[in-house]
Amino acid sequence: MSDPSLILFEVFVRSNRGLDHQHVGSVYASDHEQALVNARDVYIRRGEGVSIWVVKTDDIVASQESDVDTFYDPMDDKAYRHAMSYPMPEGVKNI
Amino acid sequence: MSDLAPELDNFQQKIDDEQRIEPKDWMPEKYRLNLIRQMSQHAHSEVIGMQPEGNWISSAPSLYRKIVLLSKVQDEAGHGLYLYSATETLGISRAEMNSRLQSGESKYASIFNYPSLTWADVGAIGWLVDGAAIVNQVSLQRTSYGPYARAMIRICKEESFHQRQGYDIMVKLAEGSKEQREMAQDAINRWWWPSLMMFGPHDSDSVNSQQSMKWKIKRQSNDDLRQKFVDQTVQQTEILKLELPDPDLKWNEERQHYDFGEIDWDEFYQVIKGNGHCNRDRIKHHVSAHEEGAWVRDAMTAYAEKKAQRKEVA
Amino acid sequence: MTEPSNLSTYVLRLADDAMVLGQRISEWTSNSPNLEEDIANSNVALDYLGRARMLYAYAATMLNTTEDELAFMRDARQYTNLLMHELPKGDYAFSTVRQFFIDSFDVLYFEQLVNSSDAQLAAIAAKTLKECRYHVRRSRDLMVRLGDGTEESHTRMQTALNELWGYRHELFMDDELETELQQQGIAITRTDLQQAWDAAINDCLAEATLSIPETDWTVTGGRAGVHSEHLGHMLDDMQCLHRSYPGVTW
Repeated sequence: MSDPSLILFEVFVRSNRGLDHQHVGSVYASDHEQALVNARDVYIRRGEGVSIWVVKTDDIVASQESDVDTFYDPMDDKAYRHAMSYPMPEGVKNI
Repeated sequence: MSDLAPELDNFQQKIDDEQRIEPKDWMPEKYRLNLIRQMSQHAHSEVIGMQPEGNWISSAPSLYRKIVLLSKVQDEAGHGLYLYSATETLGISRAEMNSRLQSGESKYASIFNYPSLTWADVGAIGWLVDGAAIVNQVSLQRTSYGPYARAMIRICKEESFHQRQGYDIMVKLAEGSKEQREMAQDAINRWWWPSLMMFGPHDSDSVNSQQSMKWKIKRQSNDDLRQKFVDQTVQQTEILKLELPDPDLKWNEERQHYDFGEIDWDEFYQVIKGNGHCNRDRIKHHVSAHEEGAWVRDAMTAYAEKKAQRKEVA
Repeated sequence: MTEPSNLSTYVLRLADDAMVLGQRISEWTSNSPNLEEDIANSNVALDYLGRARMLYAYAATMLNTTEDELAFMRDARQYTNLLMHELPKGDYAFSTVRQFFIDSFDVLYFEQLVNSSDAQLAAIAAKTLKECRYHVRRSRDLMVRLGDGTEESHTRMQTALNELWGYRHELFMDDELETELQQQGIAITRTDLQQAWDAAINDCLAEATLSIPETDWTVTGGRAGVHSEHLGHMLDDMQCLHRSYPGVTW
């Protein structure tokens, strides 16, 4: 088995100008240049994209589920940051 | 064990609340292993499934059919790749999955051990085999593991043309000459029962089913999905003016479903055990492509390493 | 079928080139070194087969026949593709070198053909050119990776290069028919492309640490229907089903 020596890359595709890149999956390649070409051949067979990013999977640092308490919950009690928490008098327009 | 109880409760709660489980989340080891088994088997099926149809690319009867078939078989490779990608998020490499496939430790859909003998088989595989697979895959779009569900959504979107192109082949054969009609009927006769077997054993006999349902890896039971497939296929067959090879097939007014005959489970287990026409060929083909490609993969790696070194020096 | 004209014969030549190479590349489907390469090869094959269809369809309108009649009912002796296109796929090195040779040629060729005075050909060339530019990016990249990879890959690449070297001459030969069409502004002068092609190849070989083969040789005959022994077998496989059931629809 000689595959492990190829490197896993995560692929992000912008489907149309004006939209964010979205994660679509991964490909194996020996370096970034090849990853880009492979991603083009694998993930936009139907013309699904106008721009591709590839990132080494190992280079992605992800938060852990155990971080939820400290990372996200404190951010979830600030109702005043959402427009919905400000009831508007009936009849007010364009706000 | 008791240490894990809160985590396990939390995990099951998420599933009960229809939340998705994501790669970094805590999950029971059995859930992880169960998923690896099912997802890698699914990936292998896509890849091995390239072979019975792939053999007809070179001799497709028209240029149009050649192009359609080639793009369809290419999609199978793509779908295999999406599924390997999704499975890798569970901490197993594609190389390891490959080697388990080649050693026989990991399975693929047993239907691909049946030979594709005529052009009509390409139609029957697209219509019946992909048709059955799609019924299953549509249901799996709601599976509890996020990467698996997302891969399924992508795959279902792309596969919608697979079943149609297969049915379209059958339509042309059914409307064609006497030989073409016979070819089509013969293909249906050989692929119908194996297609029903694709949904797996009866719920009562299925080893993994109950746990999989509780964890929402599976969303609908084998028998329910099989019934759905039968119900939708009968009418499609009538339009072709061809027949499904089952004398017991008839509408049940009370159940509002079609009744159908008993599946030959002995044949099912025989083929899984290695007594199908193509069990050995399929794996041999896979191994030989993999081994012949070893020097290419090695060279790519060697080149990338050299290039990285040169960069460092410069 | 109506009598062939210079133009229909020319279009058919280009169609045959695309057809037989597309057929060869499609043989990599489910046989490539990994899934990524497999999918990429299918993409290239689909481009070639799509090109073949456009060209056959165009020839068919001139000859009052169909694309499938042209692809499936002519024998090896009637096929007019250049020999390099029909050679068996060989190992990955062989297919890579062949692809790079032809991609490099096609980019130069279709860059010119977009200006053809024949509007239909110019339109087909415009579509094809975009595909070729992607193909050559990929095949050139593979040339370098495999040429400058391991000792084994280097040896295989050099061997493939040696085995293909003598087939390149045919790419640059203009016969009477094509010369006549050139004068009408329809076809491209092949000899004019040789210098740029040589430069592109030399540049790549240097980067890939490969050497220009020491011995040169020349095999020709494709345009006259004098092919390698391989083409007949390939067509047997490709045409058998179509011919076994004459007159039906698939």
